Amino acid sequence: MKSHLLPEFIVERDEERCDNCKVCIKQCPFDVHYYDEEREKVMSKSELCVGCQRCVVYCPRNALRIVPYKAYRPNDYWHEDYIRDIKKQAESGGIILTSCGSSRRAKVYWDHILLNASQVTNPSIDPLREPMELRTFLGRKPDYLEIEFSEDDVEIKTELYPNLMIETPILFAGMSYGAISYNAFKSLAIAAKKFGTLFNTGEGGMPKDMREEFKDCAIVQCASGRFGVDPEYFNYSAAIEIKIGQGAKPGIGGHLPGEKVTATISSTRMIPEGTDAISPAPHHDIYSIEDLSMLIYALKEVTNYEKPICVKIAAVHNVAAIASGMVRAGADIIAIDGFRGGTGATPKIMREHVGIPVELALASVDQRLREEGIRNKCSIIVGGGIRCAADVVKAIALGADAVYIGTAALIALGCTMCQRCHTGKCAWGICTQDPNLSKRLNPKVGAERAYNLLRAWSLEIKDVLGGMGINAIESLRGNRDHLRGIGLEEWELKVLGIKGAGE
Amino acid sequence: MINNVSKLRVTDGRVNKDIQSCAIFGVMDRSGRRFGGKMIIEAMKNMKVRGNGLGGGFAVYGIYPEYKDCYAIHVMFEKEEVKQKVDGFLNKYFDVVDDEEIPTKEDVNLDPPMFWRYFVKPQKKGKDKILSDDDYVVDKVMKINTGIDYAYVFSSGKDMGVFKGVGFPEEIAELFMLEELYKGYIWTAHSRFPTNTPGWWGGAHPFCILDWTVVHNGEISSYGTNRRFLEMYGYYCTLFTDTEVIAYAVDLLMRKQKLPIEVVAKIFAPPMWDQIDRMEEKKKKFYTTLRMVYAPLLINGPFTIIIAHHGEMIGLTDRIRLRPITAGEKGDLLFVSSEEAAIRAVCKPDKVWTPKGGEPVIGRLKKR
Repeated sequence: MKSHLLPEFIVERDEERCDNCKVCIKQCPFDVHYYDEEREKVMSKSELCVGCQRCVVYCPRNALRIVPYKAYRPNDYWHEDYIRDIKKQAESGGIILTSCGSSRRAKVYWDHILLNASQVTNPSIDPLREPMELRTFLGRKPDYLEIEFSEDDVEIKTELYPNLMIETPILFAGMSYGAISYNAFKSLAIAAKKFGTLFNTGEGGMPKDMREEFKDCAIVQCASGRFGVDPEYFNYSAAIEIKIGQGAKPGIGGHLPGEKVTATISSTRMIPEGTDAISPAPHHDIYSIEDLSMLIYALKEVTNYEKPICVKIAAVHNVAAIASGMVRAGADIIAIDGFRGGTGATPKIMREHVGIPVELALASVDQRLREEGIRNKCSIIVGGGIRCAADVVKAIALGADAVYIGTAALIALGCTMCQRCHTGKCAWGICTQDPNLSKRLNPKVGAERAYNLLRAWSLEIKDVLGGMGINAIESLRGNRDHLRGIGLEEWELKVLGIKGAGE
Repeated sequence: MINNVSKLRVTDGRVNKDIQSCAIFGVMDRSGRRFGGKMIIEAMKNMKVRGNGLGGGFAVYGIYPEYKDCYAIHVMFEKEEVKQKVDGFLNKYFDVVDDEEIPTKEDVNLDPPMFWRYFVKPQKKGKDKILSDDDYVVDKVMKINTGIDYAYVFSSGKDMGVFKGVGFPEEIAELFMLEELYKGYIWTAHSRFPTNTPGWWGGAHPFCILDWTVVHNGEISSYGTNRRFLEMYGYYCTLFTDTEVIAYAVDLLMRKQKLPIEVVAKIFAPPMWDQIDRMEEKKKKFYTTLRMVYAPLLINGPFTIIIAHHGEMIGLTDRIRLRPITAGEKGDLLFVSSEEAAIRAVCKPDKVWTPKGGEPVIGRLKKR
C-alpha cells in the first residue's frame, strides 16, 4: 500500500554552511540524515524527522533548521492532527500510540489565574534581604499536640506520624528506570539529593547500586506490575507511593517492550531479560477502597510504620470523593496527576480525552478534605503539566502541599517534547535503553541542569511570596484569597474557590 | 448603614476581607487592683492619628463582681424589634439572672444602635448536656451571630465586658461612660483605621469569645490559610476581619488545646528555620514539630495583638516585626502599646522596652 502520510517536519539544510561533516548523521537515531555517495554530500529524509532538534543543536556549522510542516488546507474543525491520524490508522488498522502529555487545545486554568501582591496596607517583603522559607513537610499531621511542661522543660507527648522534610515544594515525579535511561534516572536522583528534595523511582524498581546513596531522597513506587518490589526496596526509601493511576493514561496499565528489558533493567525489575514488563490496568489485589487500605497497611507493616505512604491517582471526574476515601484508608500523602501529565507511552485517545485538569481536581479535593475535617491527615502533591514556578505558586495557593514535576524535569535534561518516547530512540539519551543513546546524557551534567531548575523556580517562588507579604510557604497553602480568576465562568470560579479579577 | 453587613460579605466561601490599620493599648494591674478608664482613654487620645474615627473599643476585666458566676452577654441590636427574638433565645437556653440596657450618654453624637446586657447561667438540655459550660456558651453565641439578623453579641465572658462602636475611642468611652461607671484590673483598647469598609458597630475591636478578647493592628497575609484551617475545627468567620481569625485561633489553641501563650506565640510567630536548625537537638525537635503541625496557624504579614482573658494579658508582634509594639512597667502596672509616647503620656514608667518579633510580653495576675 502506498503511504499517504506526509512529513511532519521539513529539514532545511544551508548548503553553503554544511561541510558534510556527518555529525547530523551520527546524532539522529531516526536515520533522517544520510551520506549520498554519488552526490558526495549529506542529504536528509524529512519524512522520518520527529522534530527533536538534536541535529540542530549539535551541528557545528549551524547549517540545519527543522521546521514544522503544515501540509493541509487549514481547517479549525478537521485539524491537521485528525487528518494525519486517520490516514495513519487507515494504513495500520491500529491504535495510535504516543507519549508525553496531552497537547490538545483545552483550557489551561493556570493561565486564567492571577496572583496578588501587597500595596500600602500590608508591606511586601524583600526576598533579597529577608528570609523566605520554602521548607515543606509531607505526611499526616496530628489534630493537636499534647505538650507536657515541667521545670524548665517542654516535651511533646503526642506520637507523631512520619513526615518528609523537603527544602522546596517541588519533587520529581515518578519516572521508572526502563521508561527513562539509567543516566536520566540518576540525574534526577543526584539533583534531588543535593537540593534537599525527593525523586520518585516510578514503577521499575531501584537499581541496587543506587540504594544506599539515595535511600533518603527516594519515593519508591509500588505499582500494579510490582516490579522490583521486595522488603529491601521498600525500606531503602524516604516514602512509598502506591501508583493507582497516571494522568496521561487514567484507567490503563503500562507495557515496557521486551527489547528494552536489558540485563540491568531485568535485575532491577526482577523479571527475565528480554521479556515484556506489563503493568495491569488495575492492581489485581485492589478492587475496592478496603483493598487499598489493606495494601497501605501491609506496606506500613513492612516498613515498621516509619515511612509515609502516598497513593497516586489520575485526576478523574469523582476525584474528591476518591481522595477522601484514600485518606480514610490510611494514605498519608495523596498525589493527583492531571490530564496534562506525561508518559513514556500511551494510546493517544487516553492521553487526549481521559481525565480532568489538575487545577480543578486539586481545588475540589482540597475543599472536600477540609469540609470533612481531614485535610491535615494527609498532604497533597499535584502533578501533570506544571510548567513554571507560577504554576507551582498557584497550585499551592489552591491547596497543594507540593508539586511533582516530570515533563519539566526532563525538559531540563534535554527533552524537546517531540513525543517519541515510545519509540525508545530518544536522541537526547533520556527515554531510551540504547547504550549509545543513553550515554549522551552525562548524569553529572543532567543533575546540574535539574538542580538549576529547582533553584531557579525556588527563587521565583520566593520573589512572588515576598510580593504577597508572605515569608513562609505554609502561609500560602490553601490561601485562595491571593488568587483571582480571569476569563472564567461563574461555575469555574466556584470550583476553584476563587473570586474574579477586580472582585 | 443599618443592614446586616456580615451576611453580605460571603459569596460561596469566597470572602471579602476588611483591611485596616490601628492603634492598640493595654494596661493591667498585676496585683488585681481595679482602676478606672481614665488612663487608657488618655493613652488612646495620644495616638489619635493612628485611627480615623471609624471604630474604637474597650475590653475591661473585673467590672461585674456582683455577677461573678454569670456569663455577661453584651448584645448590640441594629433593629430594636430583634430584641424580642434574642430575649426568647436566651431565655430558652439560659437562666437569665438579670438584664438591663447598657447605660449610654444621650448627648453623644454617634447615632448608636441599642445595647443590652444579660447575666446568664447555662440551662443545658438534651444533647447539649455533654458540652462544657464554655463550649455551650460559644455554641449559642455563634447561633445568635449567624442566625439572628441585626443582633450581634459583643462579649460573652464572666465578670468582663466589651464596649465598642463607630467613633474615636474617646467618643466610645464617653458614650458608654467608661470613666465614670466601670473599674477593672485589665483594660485593652483599640482605635481603627479601616480602608475599605463602611463603619459598622460590630466591626470594631475588641473581638471577644467567652472572656477572651483580642485587639489587633495589622493585615495578615496568611488570612486565607488561617481561616480555612479554622473552619475545619468549626470556627466560621462571620466578620471577615483578620482579628476574628486570631481570636478563634487563640480560642482553639489556648482554651481548647490548653497550650500556654509561650507556645502559642511560637505558633503564631515561629522562629526562622535557619534559627531552628542551629538550636540544640531537643529544642530543634520541639520547634520543628511545632511548625510542622501548626503550619496553617502561622500568622504571616504584619500584626501586633493584645490578647486578654481573666488573669492574663499578652502582647505579641509578628516574627519580623512589621507592626510596632512597646511595653512598659510601673510597679504592678504592665503596659503594651503601639507607641511608647502613649505610655509616657499617662505615667512615668519604671521601664519601657521594645519586644522582639515573636517574643510575647506576658502579664499575669500575682498569686495572693
